[in-house]
Amino acid sequence: MENFTPISALLGGALIGLGALILLVFSGRIAGISGIASSALFNAEGRSWRLAFLLGIVLGPLLVGAIIADFSFSTPELGWQVIVAGLLVGIGTGWGSGCTSGHGICGISRLSPRSLAATVIFMFSGMLIATLLH
Amino acid sequence: MPVVIALLAGVLMSAGIAYSQMIDPAKVLGFLSLNKNWDPSLMLVMAGALAVYSAGFWLFAGKGKPLLAEHFHLPTKRELDKPLVIGSLLFGAGWGLVGYCPGPALAAISAGSLGTLAFVAAMVAGWFISRRLPI
Repeated sequence: MENFTPISALLGGALIGLGALILLVFSGRIAGISGIASSALFNAEGRSWRLAFLLGIVLGPLLVGAIIADFSFSTPELGWQVIVAGLLVGIGTGWGSGCTSGHGICGISRLSPRSLAATVIFMFSGMLIATLLH
Repeated sequence: MPVVIALLAGVLMSAGIAYSQMIDPAKVLGFLSLNKNWDPSLMLVMAGALAVYSAGFWLFAGKGKPLLAEHFHLPTKRELDKPLVIGSLLFGAGWGLVGYCPGPALAAISAGSLGTLAFVAAMVAGWFISRRLPI
């Protein structure tokens, strides 16, 4: 457990929850990142707030980088894996109506049985594939 | 005003994704891979997010309407169905393969890595396919 970072994990998680909560309390919307991004691209209706949300998603790490001098993160290699994984994540969150944010955070907080089931299922298949491959 | 709120919500969520290191696929795979170096950090990311969001949800959402909108837009479906189960299985498989779910992949765009950009392009294609071919 030498890589365990409990403080930044809890604080970062609280920030994620706060951002999602602001969207709910002021705009009445669920902060599901896959649903917002997909609708921003493929639905003309309600596009402006969704694009603004996505702009925020892109800007967030730049803000963290401006505040924390040694902030950095790795990125995946270009190869067949990122193409296959991207397709699986896109099709899967499309058919499954959500991802880690919409189901895992907003849905579980609302005690939605669908979101609880979805989170158990994607955690299971994620751990299965990652444990077998890495 | 909805645009400003959405921008702020996106910035805060993405700053949290970055600060918690969930933006780093290696960190995510350290959690999803159950081996002797298992890193439970992501459980605490989820715990922190759930603590803040669920407290706020149960305080605010039960009553009336949002501060700047006419009504709440909350999903009402409750039953499990085939698209939910198959979609979540596929999503998890992709997550475990590379370590990206949608938020962190979009948040990492500004780093300009070709691996990230290819993942995002494939994910967008996947969203398009899921809309064209509903199951």
